[in-house]
Formats: sequence, C-alpha cells, structure tokens
Amino acid sequence: MLRDEDRIFTNLYGWDDWGLDGARRRGIWSDTKALVGLGRDKIIEEIKASGLRGRGGAGFPTGMKWSFMPKESKDGRPSYLVINADESEPGTCKDREILRFDPHRLIEGALLASFAMGAHACYIYIRGEFFGEASNMQVAIDQAYDAGLLGKNAAGTGWDFDLYLHRGAGAYICGEETALLESLEGKKGQPRNKPPFPAGAGLYGCPTTVNNVETIAVVGEILRRGSGWFAGIGRPKNQGTKLYCISGHVNQPCNVEEALGIPMRELIERHAGGVRGGWDNLKAVIPGGSSAPILPKDICDTVLMDFDALREVKSALGTAGLIVMDKSTDVVYAVARLSRFYMHESCGQCTPCREGTGWLYRVMQRMVTGDARSDEIDMLLEVTKQIEGHTICALGDAAAWPVQALIRHFRDEMEQRIRDYRDRAYRREAAE
Amino acid sequence: MTAAGIAPEADQPKEFAFTPENLERAKRIIAKYPEGRQQSAVIPLLDIAQRQHHNWLPRVAMDYVADLLEMPRIRVYEVASFYTMFNKAPVGRHFFQVCTTTPCWLRGSGEVMRALKDRTGCGNHETSEDGQFTVLEVECLGACVNAPMVQINDDFYEDLDYDKTVALIEALKAGKPTTPGPQNGRTNSEALSGATTLLDRKPAHRPAVPSSTAGRQPVPPSAEPAHTPARSGEVTTDAPPAEDVAATGKADVGAHRGDAEPEKKARTQEKIDPTGGRTGTTDTGEK
Repeated sequence: MLRDEDRIFTNLYGWDDWGLDGARRRGIWSDTKALVGLGRDKIIEEIKASGLRGRGGAGFPTGMKWSFMPKESKDGRPSYLVINADESEPGTCKDREILRFDPHRLIEGALLASFAMGAHACYIYIRGEFFGEASNMQVAIDQAYDAGLLGKNAAGTGWDFDLYLHRGAGAYICGEETALLESLEGKKGQPRNKPPFPAGAGLYGCPTTVNNVETIAVVGEILRRGSGWFAGIGRPKNQGTKLYCISGHVNQPCNVEEALGIPMRELIERHAGGVRGGWDNLKAVIPGGSSAPILPKDICDTVLMDFDALREVKSALGTAGLIVMDKSTDVVYAVARLSRFYMHESCGQCTPCREGTGWLYRVMQRMVTGDARSDEIDMLLEVTKQIEGHTICALGDAAAWPVQALIRHFRDEMEQRIRDYRDRAYRREAAE
Repeated sequence: MTAAGIAPEADQPKEFAFTPENLERAKRIIAKYPEGRQQSAVIPLLDIAQRQHHNWLPRVAMDYVADLLEMPRIRVYEVASFYTMFNKAPVGRHFFQVCTTTPCWLRGSGEVMRALKDRTGCGNHETSEDGQFTVLEVECLGACVNAPMVQINDDFYEDLDYDKTVALIEALKAGKPTTPGPQNGRTNSEALSGATTLLDRKPAHRPAVPSSTAGRQPVPPSAEPAHTPARSGEVTTDAPPAEDVAATGKADVGAHRGDAEPEKKARTQEKIDPTGGRTGTTDTGEK
C-alpha cells in the first residue's frame, strides 16, 4: 500500500481548510519561487523524468506534451494553458475533490506548468454543474491574487500570470480538448479536426496545451520532491500515484489515492470494503470510467490498475473510475444505459456517431429484453466497428467499446436471454 | 442537446434586460477574455440571465445577450440549445435533476425516481401543478462514489435511497432547511465506515452535522436573482468561507454549500463571478 507520506492529495476528504492558510500548512506555495527558478527546460525535463502521464484518460506523457509548445512566440501569438475540469465521465469524481478541497494545489501547478510552457494566462474550464466546486475555486483564485501569488510577478517568481475560471453549462463532449476550446470561445462544443493540434493552433488560434486537473495538481509535488520520488512509485512507464474512484456494488464506495499498478482486487478490498457479498459475488468491473471496456471477474482477479496492464486485457485505465458490479447486476442493461449516455452526449457533428449511438441504444434495448435474433449480436458488433475510428473525436470510439466488450465477455448471457425470450413467446403462443 | 422543451410563444416575455448589478457583473466577465473575444462570455452571461429570470431562459434574454456581445442571435440560440443546463421553458422552484447513469443506477437511482413520483407526482420531464417541483433524469453529474444523487437547483444531495429522498422532498415542502452533501452521515467521499488512508490527518472528532452547514435555510431560486448585487468585485473579507473554516478549525464540507443564511449564500455565489477589475496583467490577445 502507498505510504501516507507519499500521498499528494492530503486533503482529499475535505478534513482540513481548503483555503490559503490550510494550503500553506500542507506545503503548497512553500517554495514556488525556487521551483520556477529551475527554469523552463529543467521543469519539463523533471516532468518527463517523473514518468507522469495525463490523468484525464488518454495517458499521454505530460512532459512530452509540454515540449510541443513553441519555445518563443515568433509571430506575437501568446501561449495558453487550459485546464480541463469538465469532469463528466461516468464513474469519475476525482477532480471534483481537488477543485473543492485542494484548489491551491491546482493553482500552484497551473503557475508552474504555464511558466514551463511560456504561457502568461490560463483558463480552468469547469463543468457548470460543479457549482460549489467553482465557488471554492474562485475564492481560492481571489485569495491567490490578494496574496500576490497570481498576477504580475506571481509569487515573486518574476513571471506574470493570470488565471481565470470559466464555467461550462452541461455537455460531456466539452471534456474533449478541442470541443472544450470551442466552448471556451463561446460556441457549441463540437470537436475540431486535428491537425492542427492545439499546441499549434488552439484557443483563439494560439498555441495551447489542455491538461486534466489531476495532471496539473501533481506538478508542484513532483518538482518539490523530485522526479525520482514520483517515478519510484508504480511500475516502469506507469509511475506515480493516482486518484481512484470506486463506485457501484462495493460495501464502501469511496475515493482514494493509491499507487499506479495496485492490483484491482487489493484496491477494492482494502479501501472500498470489498465487493458486496464477497469477492466471489463479483460479476464485472468497468475499470476506468464508462468508456473503458468492461472486464469479467476472472480478469479482475489478477489485473493491475495501470495503463499498460489494462491495455493488455483490452481495456483501459481511463480516468481510474471503477464501476463495480456484483452478480445481481443485469450487465446488459448496465451497458445499454451507457449507450443511452453516449446517444445523449453525442454532439451531432459526425454522422456515424450521431446516428450510430442512437442505433446502438435502440438495439441494446432489445438485447436487454432478449427481443432479438442471435445474428443481430454480430450485426451490433459490426456497427460498432463502423462507428469506431470514423469520427472526428473519440466519443464514437467510447460509445463502441463498452458494447464490444460486452459481446466479447458476455455473449453467452446475451444469447441465453434471446433464447429465454423466445421460449416465453413460444409458451404464450402454445397456451393460446 | 435537444431543442425540445421551448416555452410556447404565450409564455415568452416581451422584453428582458440585465439589472444594473448583473450588467456590471457581465462586464467583469467579458473582461476575462482578450479584446475582440467577448463571445467567450456567452455561456456565463446566459447563466446570469437564467438566474435573473426564475431559472429559465426566454428567447428575449438570448437576444439581449447576443446584442450585448455583438453576436448573431442564431449563434446564441445554438449555444442555448446545445448545453443542457439552459432551461428554455419554466421549471419548478425545486428543480430535481436525478442522475440515472450506470453508477447511480447500480446504487438505486430508480428508487430516487420512484420516491419523486410518489411524493411530487412528477415523472421524468414533468413539473408539479403547483410549480414547486420539476423532475428531470440527467446524465452523470460526477459524484459517482456518493451515488445515487440528485442536484436540486445548485446543490448536490448524495448517498440517497427511497426514504432519504422522501425526507428531502417533505423538508422542501415544509420549507425546512436541508443540508446538501451526503445524506447518510459520511464525510464527502471517504468510506462510510471511515477513511482507510491519511488517518493521522483525520480530525479527532467530527460533529454529526458540521457547524458550517447547520441551520442553513433553503434559498428559493426564484425569489431573487441568485447573483445578487456585486460589491466591488474584490474579495470580501467579512465572510469568506475559507476564513470561517480556519477560524473554527473545522473542515468545510460539501464545497461550501453550507451557508448559514441566504445573504451569505448570495455572497458565495458572487465568488463565482470573475474577479472584477482584474482584466489581466498581460496581453493575452491574439495579435
């Protein structure tokens, strides 16, 4: 188990004051000036050496992403950091805890990251439903301005830095980085084609890096304690600590910070009170938010919770939001409900996704009752393949994967349901 | 993401304008964005308009915001119809948004919907005849380890079941105070039986109801615009929630939704506002 002294989010449960005084007690802002003094190149080197991979789902190496930003502006365009706080992935509620209980950790990280990328301004895009969270965040920003930690010569670093909070208004798709930028520019949140990538032309056509809240919030501690400390946790290429959200059929749903690479079973049993009815009562787990393909129990028995281990079993770490289902679960409905989610959240821009997500949901509804033919399972699979990879953003893929994984692991159950439905219909007919 | 649910012509007011206070607030928001990029402020301004107008957005308000931001009106209609938080028709005083996505469904969101149907008469997409309650099934609200949950106006109520939902509804009907956050006695997102980590940091004693949330009065959303008069746009020093917390040494729970009285709530919401006058010390505009 991760030692308490290695945990970064020491106010995860909101026990301590989340304001500036509490933040200072927890070590935030203690030596920000010295950290900036490392210089841009050294900061990016340290982040690269720490092995930090993006915590928003894709797991792209953060240091490398930062290094794509222009060293200096040749045409006068400013650079921007945009922090993605549009946390909406079903099963995920980790950024919320940072926003409401550790906002200064995010602000300090934003300053350090922006300095490393040559950005003088940063926007935090927070989902509109997080009202109290936005409120805390804004109070923290105001405190930081009053204390000279933001604004001109922020925290005495000699770097001018402005931080703005921007509230969204309810759209899962705005968690996609280019949709987020569109939304921030005051438009519908419809993803942009890439290239150009945001590092070349992002917000207002300027070089932009979009990072997840958790990614930015850990930057301060990595620089303070050294990349070696962070890289020493977890496995090679899967290093550091991670916030896990454990929801569903566990005895004690909770958020917890643990090492990457912890066995799934240990994570659930040690921190979430185990599966309802015991481990043998487990049916399946969605390991990384709704977009991560579902895993049956036999894989959950041994799988490790990190990027590469979960990819090897054709799933993904995603946001590390575990959705646990015990044997009482109608797993077909559970996935059908996710299909409805993606149908609702499709932005409508690309035909395969706009039409396909609705089609998936309608067929999945019939799979729930069993009112289908066995060969329609193959057709369903085929349609998911036609959505996957044929859209501008990854929402189409995310809608396809849960259905594909359901068929991969629970096809027997789907076929049995179809047979049962037919048997019932046959008996009704015979009775008449 | 649907254009459905637009109030009929008869219900659409003929005119709309920001109150002077909200206009000031809008100007401070616009100042957050670079010169010529005022369109970025469209979502926050529509939000203010909706708060000023009984939690729904008539077409004249969209037109008003379009004119204020010098945007084509159709671009504002697009935004207002794309984002789910904009209500294009009147909603009840207590607007229940029930998450029914898989994590909440696994923990019994169906029971929450059933309790609402039994006690308010409202199914999905329905408003009670007295205009007190509106119920809407929504997608994941990002509080999955506290499932099932509902959002009532701005506040999250978590760890619900049938009986707790009924209790919540009855309290609202009776005008009694309700406490946002987990309804089963736990603190935020730690395990119900207590956290498994950071134990040396855990306060030795926690009151059952944190003092910061005790005695809070529910704030009717339609009684007045939630965005009440901004003062200077500077940080208020008389009641910043953070200092309350520091002074009492107690952790604030639930993202400081727990405000003792409506006036304080109003100040809290003011905080969401951009920092007035802080238009940026650096030139962030595209050349």
